[in-house]
Amino acid sequence: MQARFPGYRILPYLLVFPSVAVIIIFLVVPFIQAAIQSFRQTSPFGTVSSFVGIRQYQLLFSDPTYMRSLLTSWYFALLVILGGLSLSLFIAVLVTRKVRGMAFYQVAFIWTYALSPAVAGVIWALLFDPAIGIGTYVFSKLTGVSINFTIQGATAILILAAAAIWNMLGYNVCFYIAGLQNVPRELEEAARVDGAGPWRTFWLITFPMLSPTTAFLVFVNTIYAFFQVFGLIDIMTKGGPGGATEILVYKLYRDAFIRVRYNYASAQSVVLFLIVAATAIFQLWVSTRRAVYLR
Amino acid sequence: MKKQVLYTVGLHATLVLILLGVAFPVYFAFVIATHTHEDAYAFPPKLLPGKQFLANVLEAWTRTNMGRLMLNSAIVAIAVSLGKIVLSILAAFAFTHFRFRGRVLLFPMCMVTQMLPLPVRIVPAYQLMASFHWLNTYYALIIPYLASTTGILLFRQFFLTVPDELPDAARVDGAGPLRYLWSVLVPLSKTNIAALFVIEFVYMWNEYLWPLLVTTNPSLRVAQIGLKMLLTTERTVAEWNVIMAGTILVMLPPLVVLILMRRQFAQGIAMQSTK
Repeated sequence: MQARFPGYRILPYLLVFPSVAVIIIFLVVPFIQAAIQSFRQTSPFGTVSSFVGIRQYQLLFSDPTYMRSLLTSWYFALLVILGGLSLSLFIAVLVTRKVRGMAFYQVAFIWTYALSPAVAGVIWALLFDPAIGIGTYVFSKLTGVSINFTIQGATAILILAAAAIWNMLGYNVCFYIAGLQNVPRELEEAARVDGAGPWRTFWLITFPMLSPTTAFLVFVNTIYAFFQVFGLIDIMTKGGPGGATEILVYKLYRDAFIRVRYNYASAQSVVLFLIVAATAIFQLWVSTRRAVYLR
Repeated sequence: MKKQVLYTVGLHATLVLILLGVAFPVYFAFVIATHTHEDAYAFPPKLLPGKQFLANVLEAWTRTNMGRLMLNSAIVAIAVSLGKIVLSILAAFAFTHFRFRGRVLLFPMCMVTQMLPLPVRIVPAYQLMASFHWLNTYYALIIPYLASTTGILLFRQFFLTVPDELPDAARVDGAGPLRYLWSVLVPLSKTNIAALFVIEFVYMWNEYLWPLLVTTNPSLRVAQIGLKMLLTTERTVAEWNVIMAGTILVMLPPLVVLILMRRQFAQGIAMQSTK
């Protein structure tokens, strides 16, 4: 890149300083401290701290509640990602058809994005309230099975996933619309001319062309399902019933701030970081592979 | 021709159905918010609004001191949005208009914010607030949020598309870089500024875990925590009508901001998805 304002030596540093300072002080340093803490053990009154190697991690992976939490998190994230992305891709494909009036729907789906996970949690807790929820009522009328997410673990996680998918729908639809509008029409036309039906055209041309968008949304939804969803869970189930919805971030919160096991919680933070990093690398890999392919 | 009409009608019908399905949870929440406690517990559930909405809103408002909570949320969300806009414009300007030592190192560092969400640094971040004596202050709710990867990328992307003739002309006219930034680039960035404002306002208004940790003083709590307070009263039977009235209050400000600025928001999304 050519410098558009050559000769300024100090100014660029002053310009990036505020952002970089915030990142270092509040993000990078605390994360490094968490990594260090995860290899130490502090005595109950915080007086003595000693190096214990990988003991926190050994404790972590031999703790059945943690392993269960790990499985629950992945199960929940898979539900949210697969369910949410396929539903929103379906909607986005419909609203980008060349038919009059579609512009209205393109904005009409955005709004769930404005609702917080906590708000979604209150609304879905009402919807499936065992006593007065319309969802509970309709479900038992249709199937004859009565559901109660406050005592049935399997039901609770499914309802949480539905609430999360609903909450993220606006965001996902929005990104898929933008992605679909970037797919060159000529490619789809060419496939059609070659005799491919709409279904084949979609899977052979459109869907692969969308892979950067999909990869990005997989990343954002993973972050959502692992972290942002805290408010939803704290409002709806608090990790219950019987730990059935205690995903990693909720267990971390309880171990850190209710059971006050800082070192143990820090090891959990590091594991979470590894999960985020893996997802980010996956996203980067998909989008760069795409770029090479296009060239 | 007939097939075409059928296709159009079918498409609209499908979309209207999905839209109604997506909107239904909020509609049901609103209906419950308009009934008395007894009517809210009617079985089968009521599907048409009643007349108690204002009374319920008033009850939710006074029970949790909601005015104060919403004011706190507004202060924090506006301060963070504006702060992020200013800081990311400055950083993006540096990255696109200057060559300086360390640029290749500092730029990726600004991108790591996405890799370090709160839970991966939660204990030390909390201890840091305690050691700064920032617990129960606006500082804790605002300052740690001020750096924005999204913002830096958004403005960087846009600044790169500005033709070189503009800064060159400014230089010839004797304008320094800051003058150029303020009088030329910032006015050109209006759409991006608006887009980032919506994204960050909504994000910050909806933050939950960090405000829950760093504020315990009721006068510094934010609106999201008000929901938790409404749910956990001593009463044995949940007062859904009051809870839902409070929920509608809490969800309204970001919803209004998003609806008013939906075009800028969609443009911001389009910018992000082509990076």
